[in-house]
Amino acid sequence: MKQYLIVGGGIAGIHCIEGIRSVDPNGQITMVCAEADSNYGRPLISYYLEGTTDAVKMSYRGEDFYERNGVIALHGISVTKLDPESKTAVLSDGQLLSYDAACVATGSSPFVPPMAGLDTVEHSFSFMTLADARALEQAVSPESRVLIIGGGLIGLKCAEGLYAHTHNITVVDLAPHVLSSILQPESAEVVEEHLREKGIELLLGDSAKEFQGNRAVMNSGATIEFDLLVVAIGVRPNTGLVKEAGGEVGRGIVTDSRMQTSLPDIYAAGDCTESRNIVTEARGVLAILPNASMQGHVAGINMAGGEAVYDGGIPMNSMGILGLHLMTAGSYYGEEDGGRAYLYKTEGGFKKLFTKDGFLTGFILMGDLSRTGIYTAMIRERRPLDSIDFETVFRNPSLIPFGRAFRRQNLGGEV
Amino acid sequence: MKRVYVNEQWCLGCHLCEYNCAFANSGEADMAFALRGKTLYPKIHIEEDGKVCYAVSCRHCTDPLCVKSCISGALSIDDGTVCIDRDKCVGCLTCVLVCPYGAVAPGPDGAASKCELCLKNSCGAPACVEGCPNGAIVYEEREAVTV
Ligand SMILES: Cc1cc2nc3c(=O)[nH]c(=O)nc-3n(C[C@H](O)[C@H](O)[C@H](O)COP(=O)(O)OP(=O)(O)OC[C@H]3O[C@@H](n4cnc5c(N)ncnc54)[C@H](O)[C@@H]3O)c2cc1C
Ligand code: SF4
Ligand code: SF4
Repeated sequence: MKQYLIVGGGIAGIHCIEGIRSVDPNGQITMVCAEADSNYGRPLISYYLEGTTDAVKMSYRGEDFYERNGVIALHGISVTKLDPESKTAVLSDGQLLSYDAACVATGSSPFVPPMAGLDTVEHSFSFMTLADARALEQAVSPESRVLIIGGGLIGLKCAEGLYAHTHNITVVDLAPHVLSSILQPESAEVVEEHLREKGIELLLGDSAKEFQGNRAVMNSGATIEFDLLVVAIGVRPNTGLVKEAGGEVGRGIVTDSRMQTSLPDIYAAGDCTESRNIVTEARGVLAILPNASMQGHVAGINMAGGEAVYDGGIPMNSMGILGLHLMTAGSYYGEEDGGRAYLYKTEGGFKKLFTKDGFLTGFILMGDLSRTGIYTAMIRERRPLDSIDFETVFRNPSLIPFGRAFRRQNLGGEV
Repeated sequence: MKRVYVNEQWCLGCHLCEYNCAFANSGEADMAFALRGKTLYPKIHIEEDGKVCYAVSCRHCTDPLCVKSCISGALSIDDGTVCIDRDKCVGCLTCVLVCPYGAVAPGPDGAASKCELCLKNSCGAPACVEGCPNGAIVYEEREAVTV
């Protein structure tokens, strides 16, 4: 009987278990997770804080997942060392585990840069885990003044969750705009206006120089008094286990298309890895949930002796923020990069689609989001634009312009 | 497994399937009462451009991107049918962002809504198929089409 070790019980770890079980119903699976909670959708922590979901509904594959799949699940324990030669793992409680195949699905950790006086702040939080959300839920009151450092996806989702408790929220970002990694200035301004209308203060192009207890002194000279501080500047992939074992690590853990690392019988999946960006061909960390599930599944199948391939992904996001919903995907090219942008007004918003070299490469949508997946598929599958009336699809997403043969294949049989 | 397929050349574009779908999932006994004056949220819809028309609904993909992408685990595969637990769904619409067929859409409450082959409502078999006046929609087993 084969012995499997899964390090991390996030989405990549769960899909790895499902992948293994789709090939090998009998092997022994041990899942070790540093967090006290596992098997939940990490993006749900803001919805939990907001009160739109609860701990029971948050269970990703149901409370009985480990039992149903015959998995020994160890929580609150981490793997501190992997030895690819003896095929053993050392756990933080001193146990030594042997494995035939292991998957590193360790995700990422919040990145907190050194900031002067941070240790003088009494209530400082990250926003990565259910435990973080619970701690914030406990700490926040309707009078709380909240300061969030970081106006990216995690910072804004945290603001949304906290907004159900208090409206005294200030978001600070060093960049001149919120969501600077997924939006362009004009679309970010729409989000900023929306947040300000809701009463959220934004301090952009600024950063905290120093903390003095409940006060932040900004680089601009401004001071902000707060009760709760959330640092949501960014995340770093947890690559240590593989690196220390001698495995190849770039921006994230390097794997082949079977999700195997450079070390024998050690696989990796999810936020801790780097993947090929289908549009740019660059390798980088695609820290999004769909990527974690696909990679985890592929790793699991291969660990169990099956054959599966993951050949890359694209950044993409569907995000609601206090009633404003936006979707983004891929890469944005302007004329200066040899690309072209197509802008359309839609009901309650706009859509902007980007093309380059005869392919759709990315989009930003707000307002009407219906059937956006048709665009996402065009990017991911690199469908050439020259063979279709693409402006018709750009105006109105449908399968009509792809022609009868395409539809016969995609709608006329099993897919 | 049996799925819903549309024979494009027979589709009249009459939109009856959309009404039958909305009615089947309304939980009401009377069609006029269920639909009159209301915004409908059918899980099948007609695509048309004046030359061709056909209905599209969930393909119940064998390796569904929506299930892999759902942030809450609300989407799952039950014996081949791609199902949604709307109570678990948080309305993030990641499934809308990834479905290559445009077959998921938000429902009246913001939670995602998609075809479940009428296996969970009182019909027990797809109402769109039953009600298609020209027999354009069928519910049958088919192999993958290779070109
Ligand atoms: C607030 C927030 C909102 C988000 N929203 C979205 C969204 O809308 N859409 C989207 O696609 N993505 C979103 N993401 C990103 C998404 O959550 C991640 O891409 C996804 O969770 C990655 O899954 P993973 O399994 O790779 O890693 P993780 O979910 O991070 O799981 C890794 C697990 O491994 C454990 N671990 C780490 N090291 C060890 C060790 N040495 N031993 C044992 N266990 C270890 C960790 O404790 C953790 O439990 C969001 C993230 C956050 C924080
Ligand atoms: S909703 Fe879309 S992706 Fe999901 S199974 Fe149906 S057709 Fe496939
Ligand atoms: S909208 Fe609901 S079903 Fe769709 S991905 Fe989000 S949580 Fe899942």
